[in-house]
Amino acid sequence: MNIINYLSNMAVPMVILFIIIYGVIEKNKVYDTFIEGAKEGIQVVVNIFPTLIGIFLAVGALRSSGLVELIINILKPILQIFEIPAEIMPLALLRPISGSASMAVATDIISKHGADSVIGLIASTIMGSTETTFYTIALYTSAVGIKKTRFVLISALIADITGMLVSVAICRFMS
Amino acid sequence: MLNIIWPIFIIISYLYAICVGNVSEINQSIFESSKSAVDLSITFLGTMCLWTGIMRIAQKTSLTTQLTNLLKPIMKILFPDIKREDIAYKEITMNIVANILGLGNAATPLGLKAMKTMQKTNPKKDTLTNSMAMFIIINTASIQIIPTTVIAIRSSLGSNNPTSIILPVWIATICAAVAGTVSAKILMKKY
Repeated sequence: MNIINYLSNMAVPMVILFIIIYGVIEKNKVYDTFIEGAKEGIQVVVNIFPTLIGIFLAVGALRSSGLVELIINILKPILQIFEIPAEIMPLALLRPISGSASMAVATDIISKHGADSVIGLIASTIMGSTETTFYTIALYTSAVGIKKTRFVLISALIADITGMLVSVAICRFMS
Repeated sequence: MLNIIWPIFIIISYLYAICVGNVSEINQSIFESSKSAVDLSITFLGTMCLWTGIMRIAQKTSLTTQLTNLLKPIMKILFPDIKREDIAYKEITMNIVANILGLGNAATPLGLKAMKTMQKTNPKKDTLTNSMAMFIIINTASIQIIPTTVIAIRSSLGSNNPTSIILPVWIATICAAVAGTVSAKILMKKY
């Protein structure tokens, strides 16, 4: 528990320290490079902004209409077997399809339940450890005109489900 | 995909809200959703720029080539058909390194390039080779040292410890990647 927190706390400062020292040793103009890279961050956020509004509208509608609660109540008995909180199901289902949509859903879940709650931690860990599987497969295969993807989807989904189950288990253990 | 899901979500929710009498809640959520998109983007902007800045420094150093060397033993297991002197080898490792450093913008073009290179030697042009399949699976595994996006979200939502999920994310990612690659190794013999 404490070790998990300690290592997690160490990771960011260590990575920044390491990269900057590395840059200085190799005599790069680290500050100029940093500024140049930071500019790119603005573009990332600007690009994602319209999607955020669109998805927040849909997710907000789903939740405020009471539909999410209805679905959660239906799914609860099944999910309880695996000790998966039903609240993260919208994220688990959207995650393989769209990166920005699942980001909006994760934000919604985290802000509703609290960033440091078990559900908030699970949602964060799922977001960090899985990818937009369907999108990635579609992008990489269509770029070279491939139609037969063989076992790729099965393996990628096995990876996603494993990642999600492990996320739930670790976060339950942590708190 | 979202062209289908998005309208369905909205239409069903609005109709359901009208049926059960939650119209005022729906009305409120419409304006709240655009406001929270702005709030999130603004808090998000800071952390995002910080990381793209730091990672740009990493990109300019020889760190990427160092990491490429570290990947050697893993490459041998995952891509037995691709030799070290192949162009594809270099493109694959560069893509994986970019993913590890969280350089999504750099990783995708590199990945597409690697796919095109591998397609040149593909005997069946409409079917994935073993190496191409493995490469895609690795790209769906989200191997990253610092899950910057999630940390940015968590700190913007008032977490006491936004980085507390780093170790859990590492463990979950590794388990997912192992499950994906091992299942691929088994399945590629049959399909």
